[in-house]
Amino acid sequence: MPDDASSTPKRSRDSISNTLIVAIGVSFVCSILVASAAILLKPRQLKNEEEFRQRIILDVAGLYEPGVDLASLYASIEERTIELASGEQAPVYLVMDGARTEQVILPIQGAGLWSTMYGYLAVENDGNTVRGLRFYSHAETPGLGDQVDKPTWREQWQGKKLYGPDGAPRIEVVKGPAPDDSDYQIDGLAGATLTGRGVSVFVRHWIGEQGYGPYLKTLGEEESR
Amino acid sequence: MSDVDVRKVVIDPLVDNNPVTLQVLGICSALAVTTSLLPALLMCVALTSVAALSTAAISSIRNYIPNNIRIIVQMTVIASFVIVVDQLLRAYAFETSKQLSVFVGLIITNCIVLGRAEAFAMKNGVGLSFLDGLGNGLGYSAILIIVATIRELFGAGTLLGYRILPLVSDGGWYEANGLLLLPPSAFFIIGLLIWAIRSWKRAQAEQPDYRIHAVHRTEVL
Repeated sequence: MPDDASSTPKRSRDSISNTLIVAIGVSFVCSILVASAAILLKPRQLKNEEEFRQRIILDVAGLYEPGVDLASLYASIEERTIELASGEQAPVYLVMDGARTEQVILPIQGAGLWSTMYGYLAVENDGNTVRGLRFYSHAETPGLGDQVDKPTWREQWQGKKLYGPDGAPRIEVVKGPAPDDSDYQIDGLAGATLTGRGVSVFVRHWIGEQGYGPYLKTLGEEESR
Repeated sequence: MSDVDVRKVVIDPLVDNNPVTLQVLGICSALAVTTSLLPALLMCVALTSVAALSTAAISSIRNYIPNNIRIIVQMTVIASFVIVVDQLLRAYAFETSKQLSVFVGLIITNCIVLGRAEAFAMKNGVGLSFLDGLGNGLGYSAILIIVATIRELFGAGTLLGYRILPLVSDGGWYEANGLLLLPPSAFFIIGLLIWAIRSWKRAQAEQPDYRIHAVHRTEVL
């Protein structure tokens, strides 16, 4: 097919006025395309995000299995609001076993390396033993920091203790591999030391006095009674 | 456009002029998204549709694009299509799009797409440019699918998540090769593919830049 550029003379094509017209025209058409795609698909994306969040809550509690009906399973989780030391209201999600609280799921968030990471920490009814930790939204480095989503890393949290014998938050992500017999330490992520450090800091914050610490303590005391 | 042209622009990039194995473009995403087949397939669909649509769009305005801002105009068009595709994936393939993370966005910088826009779409008609984008997308897809199939099958013993080879850890006989799940394995597989294709199609092998001759010392002096 021959080039039919001759239909538009080369000089007028490269003129300043044509350059401006094409630049503005292309930007205008492209922005309409992008904006309409974003707006039209927004409701569906929000629904996906919400379902994903619910799935993460179920998954961190160890209740999720592929193929189950998400909505009915999620309905079995009880949402409560508690007041933090700062006076702020915070939601907690309870998994009930009859009248007894079986485990409690706490929303946590904090700074990783680049981004605010949002996730859930599931704690057993002794208020000390971790059931799981999972993030549903973050923007850590792909391939490095985003290893926090890897099942092998997440599974390590299961069974770890949040507090030392003195009652102070002790759980941490170390740099490099954690000792096998440690109750409190979790392997660092290769190439993502700072993401791990961020996770340590904000998990400790949320289970401390300013966070859910008092609530977990009450929960543990009620249970041991 | 004649049938010969159509055949040439669609079929050529599959083996004879494959963007990955001959031109060695688009390697970054070929390493990153091929640990399992499903994200690789989604990436193929995303890249092929972006390549085909953007080359067609660029070709349709090729006679109006001023020469000195042509790359910016091409990038704008490509970036817009990438955003639309990314939004669609987030709406209709949410889970897999999370696995692809940044790599859909990085299609903007994929040399295959910009290369076809600059080298082909700026000089050819809309229909032919669309087919050229399609063909190159399919050429890229062919390599990705081969690499992802090998990596998922032998690295995890599954295909599209279905168990094919029973793992030793689950009482089967297959010991998964963990190396295949790590990025370097994609380099090895693509390297072996390039070797295989160039042994089959001799014309693709490049002449060495330098040849080493045996020279007698006396001749030099």
